[in-house]
Amino acid sequence: MSDDELIWRIAGGSGDGIDSTSQNFAKALMRSGLDVFTHRHYPSRIRGGHTYVEIRAAADEVQSRGDGYNFLLSLGDSFARNPQEEAYYGNEEIKPLSENLDELREGGIIVYDEGLISEEDVEAINLEERAEENDWHVFPMDLRGLAKEHGREVMRNTAGVGVTAALLDMDLEHIENLMSDAMSDDILEANLEILHEAYETVNEEYEFEHDLRVPTGEHETEQALLSGSNAIAYGAIDGGCRFIAGYPMTPWTDVFTILTQNFPEMGGISEQVEDEIAAAALAVGASHAGVKAMSGSSGGGFALMSEPLGLAEMTETPLVLVESMRAGPSTGLPTKPEQADLEFVLYTSQGDSSRVVFAPGNIEEAYEQTRLAFDIAWEYQIPTIIIYDQKLSGENKNVDVEFFDREPEPGLGSTLTEEELKEAAHDVSGKFKRFNYEDAENNVAPRSLPGQKGGRYLATGNEHSPVGHIEEDPDNRVAQMTRRVEKLESIREELDEEHPSNQTYFGDETADYGIITWGSSHGAVAEAVERLNDDGHSVKGITVSDMMPFPEQEVTEFIESVDEAMVVEMNATAQFRGLIQKELGRFGEKLTSLLKYNGNPFEPAEVVEGYEVNLAEDDREPTAQVRIEPAAGD
Amino acid sequence: MSAFNAIGEEREIDRDEFTPGVEPQPTWCPGCGDFGVLKSLKQALPEVGRTPEEVLTVTGIGCSGKLNSYLDTYGFHTIHGRSLPVARAAKLANPELEVIAAGGDGDGYGIGGNHWIHTARENHDITYIVFNNEIFGLTKGQTSPTSPKGHKSKTQPSGSAKTPLRPLSMSLNAGASYVARTAAVNPNQAKEIIAEAIEHDGFAHVDFLTQCPTWNKDARQYVPYIDVQESDDYDFDIHDRREAAEMMHETEDVLKDGTVLTGRYYVDDDRPSYQQEKTAVGEMPDEPLAERYFDDDAEWERSYDLLERHT
Repeated sequence: MSDDELIWRIAGGSGDGIDSTSQNFAKALMRSGLDVFTHRHYPSRIRGGHTYVEIRAAADEVQSRGDGYNFLLSLGDSFARNPQEEAYYGNEEIKPLSENLDELREGGIIVYDEGLISEEDVEAINLEERAEENDWHVFPMDLRGLAKEHGREVMRNTAGVGVTAALLDMDLEHIENLMSDAMSDDILEANLEILHEAYETVNEEYEFEHDLRVPTGEHETEQALLSGSNAIAYGAIDGGCRFIAGYPMTPWTDVFTILTQNFPEMGGISEQVEDEIAAAALAVGASHAGVKAMSGSSGGGFALMSEPLGLAEMTETPLVLVESMRAGPSTGLPTKPEQADLEFVLYTSQGDSSRVVFAPGNIEEAYEQTRLAFDIAWEYQIPTIIIYDQKLSGENKNVDVEFFDREPEPGLGSTLTEEELKEAAHDVSGKFKRFNYEDAENNVAPRSLPGQKGGRYLATGNEHSPVGHIEEDPDNRVAQMTRRVEKLESIREELDEEHPSNQTYFGDETADYGIITWGSSHGAVAEAVERLNDDGHSVKGITVSDMMPFPEQEVTEFIESVDEAMVVEMNATAQFRGLIQKELGRFGEKLTSLLKYNGNPFEPAEVVEGYEVNLAEDDREPTAQVRIEPAAGD
Repeated sequence: MSAFNAIGEEREIDRDEFTPGVEPQPTWCPGCGDFGVLKSLKQALPEVGRTPEEVLTVTGIGCSGKLNSYLDTYGFHTIHGRSLPVARAAKLANPELEVIAAGGDGDGYGIGGNHWIHTARENHDITYIVFNNEIFGLTKGQTSPTSPKGHKSKTQPSGSAKTPLRPLSMSLNAGASYVARTAAVNPNQAKEIIAEAIEHDGFAHVDFLTQCPTWNKDARQYVPYIDVQESDDYDFDIHDRREAAEMMHETEDVLKDGTVLTGRYYVDDDRPSYQQEKTAVGEMPDEPLAERYFDDDAEWERSYDLLERHT
């Protein structure tokens, strides 16, 4: 754990502007030369209810949320003031203060809005006593009053940022610039006044007894602050995607919206449709007609896509789907992350169906693997799925701008031009042998597009002959089925040769204890491994991104190189560990699971504790809300 | 050179071009009404000047779904009830294609009902032919959404308690800009209506009555029929929504009584198609999107240019 880090938490009610304020503040910290990482926690409600955003900032790379935090800006939940006293949620104004205290570190700072949070409420939670015990520095400020005086009540966010900057001894320049970019005229004027007055008030009225200051850092290159959803949307754009169809569902909606907003200018098409079956079917139709298309959803909506997914597999229509996991089963915890749709995504749809599944672990991988998903889908005419979760979807991290500086890839893969179609095989009636298994290279039979001369064929979800007629002949069935199934082997070969980097290794290479994880748990695990090694342990880790086809070789080598390994994932049934054992056919006795499924992502300390408890070889249980599932035979 | 040279090709088109050369032979039962749809399409397509390669037929599942197996165009035989979403996206991706969707009454009015309503609402420029034989044929004779009340089948042994769906009224209410009904037993009218529907710029729904000689023998289907336009008893303005609605209502009430009315019920030539609406609000590219992938000079915007808002 770096001592020189700021973890700022802004808390309020949903609808209080917590998200936008934190975005700007995170950007200001990034512009001041720091690495930032954000974590968002919100309820499934439009207005009111406790919500917070955490921004972790340090001079060195941050790849995860931290353990607890050290600065609380508690705005009060303005939507909790319900004129009807009998309203079931009653008075929750205090919640943004009271709900957050358990995780605040010793020596931390609390700023709360006494304009919204009443003195009696504060007394009722024994804040004074707790502050003394934990050496917290408490600053009650009338943020609401200050905002009202210069503008409108909602501008109390700005007052809060001004107070924060003053207490952290932070320069206002970046904040002011961001405000000028986002606002104009009277609104800007009022906000600047509020910012400055809040800043001055702190400097005049308070003595600084706390040690926390904004860390200092410097970036050598320009940085961009973006979320996993942004990265997936941008990967799609650069992968040549120009058609998206969807139905809104948290957290998938983010990717859908970003592309929808960008497509008109790029000449792309976005369709919000009646349901997810239609959404995926539209993507299939657009792809069939010759446009790189994508669709996606979250678990419940993805369930409906099972049919069109299978259709795409059988007709060999290239397609990219994204599945943004949230906690289930059913509608589960709508706004909370979980990694529990893995098995669902791997095996959705009937029959021996094959698809490619990538699980990016961070923002950069989200971009890379989305590009790759489009490449593979159009080259091999197979659906590819990007599986990620609400955590990766919503977290923001700074990335070197140059990382994105590369050419787009609009190619349609193994689609023939009319010139090429002339040379291709046709049957006696002149129909194009679109599903020609005889000349298939890498198990791919190149396709034509409707409207092309000489390319006429039938695509069907039934088993079909080379020209696409429905066909139940056993020899044809075996030839077509084998070719489709063996595509995965061809894809594995290509991935091994050209993209071994999909798996990420970290920690001490010579270690004999391993930690294996997947998807968005990567950051917390990587940081935990670093911490364990700093503390004198010898641990190494691997984050696996290729879920199907599975990187057998790489994972086997990793597990063979250690005495014991712990698989870390956010679900209750150890799905990824199950996948490893299924794919490799062994290692049951070597793998322990560390599971978390309370709706919040792993903190690095929980992974560290899981490691320690597992090694302790006694019946000790972890103290955090995680569960250890011992190795088979333990 | 265009990437899609079959589109817009001007030449004499023989209807035989739409018949697959060798395989497959239709597996429909002898006397099946589905042959009527196939025939009228083969006649209508050359008439409207469309070549096999610029036509994409998208079908659902069931006997009707096999239409494009026996019709030699570009084809996509999809899954139960899903022909419309596939068809409308193909049309958006390449508006120069002639996209014809087809399905059955179980397929299109039952499992695909949601897509039907929304495709009509949005007025996509596609032709939708529903083979309506008031029965599930390929699954061997179960009651369908258009089977009459009291219809007995293996799944409704005591006689169906359900009122049949009114496809014409549903389509009109949902927003279709062309609604007609024709019958396999009336091939001349069928050909004319199909040709008209294909040329119509918007969602053209043709409820095509097709007799099922195997599973629906008892139905007093489609004989005698009266062409609503040609009968003096049914004088109405097909461009008037209210009059059309009234006529449809009457038709759908009497269908089971042995009098079958067919013909055009509603034609709205003024309503813009979805594609036109989408163009008007700036959501459709000017050129067919599919073409762009073959254009070496196309400039592909990249995400790097969007990063400013993140720095």
